[in-house]
Amino acid sequence: MALIQMENLGKVYQAGTVDVPALEEIDLSIESGEFLAIMGPSGSGKSTLMNILGCLDAPTSGKYFLDGEDVSELGREQRADVRNRKIGFVFQGFNLLPRINAVHNVELPLIYGHVNASQRHEQARDALKLVGLADRADYLPTQLSGGQQQRVAIARALVNSPEIILADEPTGNLDSRTSKEIMMIFRNLNRERKITFVLVTHDHETGDLMDRKILIRDGKVEGDERNCGEEL
Amino acid sequence: MTNPFDAIKTAFGSLKVNVLRSLLTMLGIVIGVGAVIVMVAVGAGAREMIGEQIRSMGSNMILVVPGASQQSGARMMAGSVHTLKSSDAEAISKECLAVKYTAADWSDVAQVVYGNRNWRTRVWGTWQTTFLMRDWPLRCGRMFGPEEEKRAAKVAILGQTVVENLFGDAYPLGKVLRIRNVPFTVIGVLERKGQTPRGDDQDDSVYVPLRTSQCRLFGTPFLDEIQAAIVQAKDEASIPEAEKQIDELLTRRHKIGRKQEKDFSVKNLAEIHETAQKSLNIMTTLLGSIAAISLLVGGIGIMNIMLVSVTERTREIGIRMAVGARYADILSQFLIEGVALAVSGGLIGVILGIVGAFIFARASGWPAAVDPATVLVAILFSGAVGVFFGFYPALKASRLHPIEALRHE
Ligand SMILES: Nc1ncnc2c1ncn2[C@@H]1O[C@H](COP(=O)(O)OP(=O)(O)OP(=O)(O)O)[C@@H](O)[C@H]1O
Ligand SMILES: [Mg+2]
Repeated sequence: MALIQMENLGKVYQAGTVDVPALEEIDLSIESGEFLAIMGPSGSGKSTLMNILGCLDAPTSGKYFLDGEDVSELGREQRADVRNRKIGFVFQGFNLLPRINAVHNVELPLIYGHVNASQRHEQARDALKLVGLADRADYLPTQLSGGQQQRVAIARALVNSPEIILADEPTGNLDSRTSKEIMMIFRNLNRERKITFVLVTHDHETGDLMDRKILIRDGKVEGDERNCGEEL
Repeated sequence: MTNPFDAIKTAFGSLKVNVLRSLLTMLGIVIGVGAVIVMVAVGAGAREMIGEQIRSMGSNMILVVPGASQQSGARMMAGSVHTLKSSDAEAISKECLAVKYTAADWSDVAQVVYGNRNWRTRVWGTWQTTFLMRDWPLRCGRMFGPEEEKRAAKVAILGQTVVENLFGDAYPLGKVLRIRNVPFTVIGVLERKGQTPRGDDQDDSVYVPLRTSQCRLFGTPFLDEIQAAIVQAKDEASIPEAEKQIDELLTRRHKIGRKQEKDFSVKNLAEIHETAQKSLNIMTTLLGSIAAISLLVGGIGIMNIMLVSVTERTREIGIRMAVGARYADILSQFLIEGVALAVSGGLIGVILGIVGAFIFARASGWPAAVDPATVLVAILFSGAVGVFFGFYPALKASRLHPIEALRHE
């Protein structure tokens, strides 16, 4: 079975008394080690899909198998557990805790994974080294540039060796040169550590760097293309 | 759940971010716990003090004074009633079986002169049973005997304060001093006794035989009149019996009819001290209520600031949830933060309370005892306040939806 398998998945939001269908009839299969972009116009349901992929939210209909396990029916607690063990997140707005330094931010998933303090510290430093920020371990987020903050966030996403890293517009707040650096890091992690990447982007240039592009429109999968051309 | 050490570290980390706010939030708890510590320390000290004084006054004491008891108002001024005589006291001593010792008093303030020094003090005419009742030994010299009492001998026994002021380092026994110009020979010096519950220095007094005081020194308006008879009952259980016997005896001796108002009153010293204890208890209750209200207000303050904190840190909560924090992790994080606030406040309160009790003790001269058990209970209680008032905000935090929390600005 594929790493990610979605079958006829749907999500309906309740806005007051009105039902807002955000996703409909999603059938999607993602293999381990893929490097994939989700694209589509604003409001098409990309973030909604990412939230469900990341087990931050549950679908209202259909099935979602992650790594062979049906996670569509899990409760909050179990979803938290799945997130902790299998998923790393990179956000557009970095989402680092502002009052603790880089290495402590990176340690965060390990705290909830019950890793002991010394091992936590070691893993966090290793992760920072992977994103080229070993020398910034003691810096607070406010003392780092946007690109550096996003690298800390990437270190946090990969510190507990997840199967998959989900990134919703990870370069949305960064200039093109820094964006390229970030994409480079993703590509290396994908190649060397076999981490699956799913990222949302508006930028076609970025989309063209991916192995596969899924197009979403009005909550439905409209296109699914493999990229054989240019590579990063 | 995360390991408790990490949770506590996280909690104190958050509190450190806004030290002033944390301190202000703790204030109610600080005041509440401080008040409790002072209250218990001073209360215990005062109780000990009163107990000590009761013991120094002699136990199981009954006071008989002329004039009707207080219920019938102030129609007759205490000094204007001349109805109690030393023969009454003698009769009590002889006839009331529940009575152990009896003494009769006639005292007044007088100038006491020795050489070129003089000292104003109260001079008591009394019987030597006074010292037995009050368990008050001599430091040196001797008591006046029955024979000296009978012939109104001009002999005096001095309290320590009088000795210090009149004799300094000189040896007082056998010396002659003048009270109201009447020469008296010093035959004894009493041990130090301390203060009465009202704060009078018991050592600032001179004792002479009752008859000497009545006839040679002050003179009484009526023959053989006394100001009070002090009676010691055989034991605590026989106090009511002794009171009854005295009452019956004096009613008979004074020929008071059934409907007539009594011209004497019998007071039980234990009751007097009970009143003192009661007013102490009222004070303790008052301080206790202040403490309780402060703790309540402090608790509400903690709840308030924790709710603010949950709102401010919604995004942080979202981030923590995204990386795998469970319901219980978030709940315990905020709960521990509330408890940390309350317990820190409790600790500061304990320290301030101990300092306060110490200052109070220095200022009032009362002993103040801070009991470790009280400190422990106070800290545990502030922890409980933290749990109680921190629970709702913590619950609110843990119930947040991760996506909404992450989207929060
Ligand atoms: N909590 C919610 N309650 C109600 N409707 C929602 C909620 N979240 C999203 N929606 C709706 O679902 C649809 C999809 O939203 P989503 O955020 O997934 O879009 P998106 O593709 O990520 O857009 P963008 O590119 O602008 O980020 C939108 O119509 C949106 O209004
Ligand atoms: Mg979006």
